[in-house]
Amino acid sequence: MTVLFDGIASGMLLFLISVGLSVTLGLMNFVNLAHGAFAMVGGYVCVTLLNKAGVPFLLSLPLAALATALVGVVLERTLYRRLYTANHLDQVLFSLSLVFMSMSAMQYFFGAQQQPLNLPDFLKGQINLPGLDMGIYRLFLIAVSLVLAYGLQRMVSGTRFGAQLRASVDNPRAARGVGINVERVFTLTFALGSALAGLGGALGVEMLGLDPGFPVKYIVYFLIVVAVGGSGSIAGSLVASLILGVVDVAGKYYVPQVGSFVIYAVMVVMLVFRPQGLFGRMTTR
Amino acid sequence: MATSSIDLTPLQRADRWRPAELAFWLLPVAAYFVFPDNLVLLTQMAITALFCLSLDLILGYAGIVSLGHAAFFGVGAYTAGLLASHGWGEPISGLGVSAAVCAVLGFATSLLVLRGADLTRLMVTLGVAMMLFELANKLTFITGGVDGLQGIEMKPLFGSFGFDMYGKTAYWYAMGVLFLMFWAARKLVHSPFGLSIKGIRLNAARMPALGAPINARLAAIYTIGAAYAGVAGALMAQTTQFVALDVLAFNRSAELLLILVLGGSGSLYGAILGTIVFMSAHHVLSDLNPEYWQFWLGALMLVIVLFARDGVMGGVRAAARRLGLEGGAR
Repeated sequence: MTVLFDGIASGMLLFLISVGLSVTLGLMNFVNLAHGAFAMVGGYVCVTLLNKAGVPFLLSLPLAALATALVGVVLERTLYRRLYTANHLDQVLFSLSLVFMSMSAMQYFFGAQQQPLNLPDFLKGQINLPGLDMGIYRLFLIAVSLVLAYGLQRMVSGTRFGAQLRASVDNPRAARGVGINVERVFTLTFALGSALAGLGGALGVEMLGLDPGFPVKYIVYFLIVVAVGGSGSIAGSLVASLILGVVDVAGKYYVPQVGSFVIYAVMVVMLVFRPQGLFGRMTTR
Repeated sequence: MATSSIDLTPLQRADRWRPAELAFWLLPVAAYFVFPDNLVLLTQMAITALFCLSLDLILGYAGIVSLGHAAFFGVGAYTAGLLASHGWGEPISGLGVSAAVCAVLGFATSLLVLRGADLTRLMVTLGVAMMLFELANKLTFITGGVDGLQGIEMKPLFGSFGFDMYGKTAYWYAMGVLFLMFWAARKLVHSPFGLSIKGIRLNAARMPALGAPINARLAAIYTIGAAYAGVAGALMAQTTQFVALDVLAFNRSAELLLILVLGGSGSLYGAILGTIVFMSAHHVLSDLNPEYWQFWLGALMLVIVLFARDGVMGGVRAAARRLGLEGGAR
């Protein structure tokens, strides 16, 4: 049971970070390998606020998200937008170059070591039920993720902005024609994706650790979530993250000699049989 | 056919060696005498150039995107390394076996890779490479795991040239293999087969109408690319007599993409020039600034993707045009 619980918690964390990628990669069709770098920025902002400036943890989380969103907007305005129409290879190279730069920059400012994070007291400790040990921080993670998943799903499918977004992605020309400011929609969406990455990065420091190698270490996991879940589908990302989290934790716990092999194998098989993902719609491009 | 009115001479002429190319291939000889202390680095360059050439074949010519090309490099390295550490230290046959193993693997994975569009290809190639990485990581009793594969002992090349401490034999060996493989690749891309591959990249919908079976051609070039990468990996294992786990790492695949685009994809010399520029820059920058050289690498890449999509090779061509040489080097 504890393994299952830990798996769910780590799946939720994965969801938090990857849902941002699902937004940019899935909805905007931009292969953004620098997504992990945004998560890393969020993590560093959070740690710095917490350790150096003494800001409370719960306040530093939204600040981390906000700061990452700002970085995202600046980059989107200056660089990303030039590549919306470029092919996937160019986008990959472009975002890889951002990854390299961000890794060196973080190493320059913070050094190569792991960053410590001191959780506030009310998030430490465990709840012990018979046969089940639940870390309070993990419970907190699960709660935050569920709220966000619900909110996002509502936003994309239920609000005016969500409708504008879907219209802008599916057919930018027609969307412009009916008076949607496509550029603004994209900028806002990108900011949202970055903010989610930043929040996830900040929340993930406790479980994933934080060092300048972060973007490369975990990008594969984020990509798997999006690829398996189906790009642009929030429910799909959630399900894929949960599967991935549980399988990963259970695999490492019960058959440590196999390691992450199973996950990659599952992903490849999945993609071969359902290239559009579990919940994906057929892409229009 | 006699009725064909298309003039094929430009295509046939492209196959001929130009003086500039011959001069280019004298550079390794010159480098041997100019930088006698850096032979190890130069050998690494030759190996990376060969590796880059293999990616160029599948990406630059065939347009198959890959984030996991290190898979073949790593498998080639482990194959050659394992052969040599189990007593089969003859280098040339080691290369051959590595190439064959990688070709088989390349053919098998091409069936998976070719099914999807760009994004799926990126993910599947990445997934295959990560699977192999995990395998090598966990099968410690075969591969040595994170400690790397040790105990590789090479027999002398052609039975008479031993691998010496200064890397002289290794240098000529790597350069020789690079040149031969380059020559073969050059033949290949100028052949009708190579032209059909280019055609598929440029217009996949039209090629079947001309009688080119797309999937079979792409699978063939992917297999060839895999074998090339395997030879590069085998060279690495044989010349350094060590195989580290990072031959299969994601970083290697990513860096290789950068090198290729830096040089200019879709041009064989681009792959080599990219390697020379990249490795020299790496060497100099990491001397000056060991921790942060990646930053400048990233910045350089950014500029290239945004403003100079043809890479170094594009610059060379523009310069050649300005100097009034027809066509420029290819």
